[in-house]
Amino acid sequence: MSTTTKAEVVHTPTFTDGAEFRIPTFQVLKQDGTLHEGAQAPALDKDQALRIYRTMIFTRVLDERMLAAQRQGRLSFYMQCIGEEAAIIGSAAALDEDDMIMAQYREQGALAYRGFTTDEFMNQLFGNEMDYGKGRQMPVHYGSAKLHYMTISSPLATQIPQATGYAYGQKLAGDGKCTIVYFGEGAASEGDFHAALNMAAVHRVPVIFLCRNNGYAISTPSVEQFAADGVAPRAFGYKMDVIRVDGNDVLAVHEATRLARRMAVEENRPVLIEAMTYRLAAHSSSDDPSGYRSKDEEAVWREKDPILRMRHWLQGREWWSDDEEKEIQERLRREVLETMKKAEKRPPPPLESLVTDVYDQVTPELSRQLDNLKSHIRRYPDAYPKTAGQVRGGE
Amino acid sequence: MAKMNMLQAINNALDMAMAANDRVLCFGEDVGVFGGVFRATSNLQQKYGKDRCFNTPLVEQGIIGFANGLAAQGSVPVAEIQFADYIFPAFDQIVNESAKFRYRSGNLFDVGGLTIRAPYGGGIAGGLYHSQSPEAYFAHTPGLKIVVPRNPHQAKGLLLGAIHDPNPTLFFEPKRLYRASVGEVPEEDYRLPLGEAEVLKEGTDITLLGWGAQMEVIGQAVDLAEKEGISCEVIDLRTILPWDVNTVVESVLKTGRLVVSHEAPLTGGFASEISATIQERCFLYLESPIARVTGMDTPFPLALEKEYLPNHLKVFDAIRASVEF
Repeated sequence: MSTTTKAEVVHTPTFTDGAEFRIPTFQVLKQDGTLHEGAQAPALDKDQALRIYRTMIFTRVLDERMLAAQRQGRLSFYMQCIGEEAAIIGSAAALDEDDMIMAQYREQGALAYRGFTTDEFMNQLFGNEMDYGKGRQMPVHYGSAKLHYMTISSPLATQIPQATGYAYGQKLAGDGKCTIVYFGEGAASEGDFHAALNMAAVHRVPVIFLCRNNGYAISTPSVEQFAADGVAPRAFGYKMDVIRVDGNDVLAVHEATRLARRMAVEENRPVLIEAMTYRLAAHSSSDDPSGYRSKDEEAVWREKDPILRMRHWLQGREWWSDDEEKEIQERLRREVLETMKKAEKRPPPPLESLVTDVYDQVTPELSRQLDNLKSHIRRYPDAYPKTAGQVRGGE
Repeated sequence: MAKMNMLQAINNALDMAMAANDRVLCFGEDVGVFGGVFRATSNLQQKYGKDRCFNTPLVEQGIIGFANGLAAQGSVPVAEIQFADYIFPAFDQIVNESAKFRYRSGNLFDVGGLTIRAPYGGGIAGGLYHSQSPEAYFAHTPGLKIVVPRNPHQAKGLLLGAIHDPNPTLFFEPKRLYRASVGEVPEEDYRLPLGEAEVLKEGTDITLLGWGAQMEVIGQAVDLAEKEGISCEVIDLRTILPWDVNTVVESVLKTGRLVVSHEAPLTGGFASEISATIQERCFLYLESPIARVTGMDTPFPLALEKEYLPNHLKVFDAIRASVEF
């Protein structure tokens, strides 16, 4: 029955403010690449560590190049994940390859880690005929069925209760899989966050909630987002296990996620992970952070760069060299640039894709609307340069 | 065949769907051991276990978000919203998520297995929040299907049709008829098609169109009209979205007159969509303005419910005005 029946009884009014609940931050790696005193050596082997590191470099290069492309007017929109690479890639690397990932929009690192190719990224960004999403969504709204990465949608936090439901289905299927769901600390203010965590705890669902607490939701600093000590303490109210990690420490993130996954899958205990990090980039290509935060503040966090921290660790183990660093940077820059040039030249999706996938079948009314559109385009071909060629000819 | 009321027919449909497929799950507020506040899910938990028929916390956006995730995973969730009046907290999950899941992913992912059941409609002294008919809000949302049954036979056949349809479907149940409507229902699994209207009665002078509980009201009005020698064609739309334009067009091309009736308010109600479409498609054949007999543009009242509702006399009045125009 009730979880409160064992509450101690008092006979004078006694308020509890919860201030005694302070959640510590789990750190393994110092910025210079050495381990903190008392920290355990991580379970990462060389191959996986290098795969994580290369993915971090890839997303950094991709982000820098694509923001530039947006500034040049070649791309309509872009969102970088700079500063948060360790939180995302470190956690994704601790999962099974066919665990489901449900993300918000700043988690391209998880998708890259699973093997989404540069070409696949570009096709979505440019919404061309090879985009899996058929050019329907804004850039950065990636999805991949084969990589178990649920297609991103813009409404914040909607994926959180969906992750609870998805993981409930995995639990019933009994296949030992779980779901991880990523969201920012701003999205955690949505009602869907509450719904999702409560339902996951009540129904004992194998889901990992990973909050990227990067200090800002667009211009809103986290002190205007919540009064409490971050997002983590909310787990107590749902009777859920929680851990806070240094989100710029890839080893801490990986270890926390590895343990959380084990609790989720083996004991059906949902877990909340709050990864403390900093959004070094602007919110998006439509945002200028100089309107709401200082360069000095950003500089402090630039010194805590998660990629640099991991590089120091790799070099300390002699798993990585300056030459390799130079080679990968140059190779990835070239690859991103060349792939982009190809993707932006590919034609747009066919006109028919406007009306397919609304339902499993195109309805008679949608066929009629498409026919009307084709007739219209035939009358004004110059106004529709992308598609006029597809409808040339008689009625 | 067996004699069932609408609740028994719905319960029978759920039972049949759960028996046929392990992945069918029923959940919502009070749906578990209690069997739902209207008892539509009676005995399902006892029969199929707590994993497949269960209570959720009291959070509509959570119920539908959870259901979306389950459906994306390949399960077949049948989520219950206790009253259609309380579906609005889940509006975002339904309109921005369920409806757009397949389209936005280029068909990589879908929530086609999803069915949302909700009791709707007035006539039970339910006041503002136990009487609403919200179908028109959802009819403006490409990607959804919306179905409303009028009797036990339809309730079972359309619900099984909705559960097996590969698109997210809202299934609005006329709660006024839950126990009041009794009829013969086949005991086997049968599915009525979605997207198809049903011509209940052929006539030549005027077409009457409605859905759900309003079909009973329309039937009473038609009885009055026929006594006066007016030949009425009666159509049950059954599916609000995507709706069966051709059946209605064919009928109005023949009769030249149309009355559409629903409980929901007039402005922005689904009768507006039907009227505009029929006016475009049947302009040269219309002999009188299309009439809409609906609830008033007010919240749903308690004490003056009878005055508010589009009853058979109001429908009859509209038939007469149309024929005499």
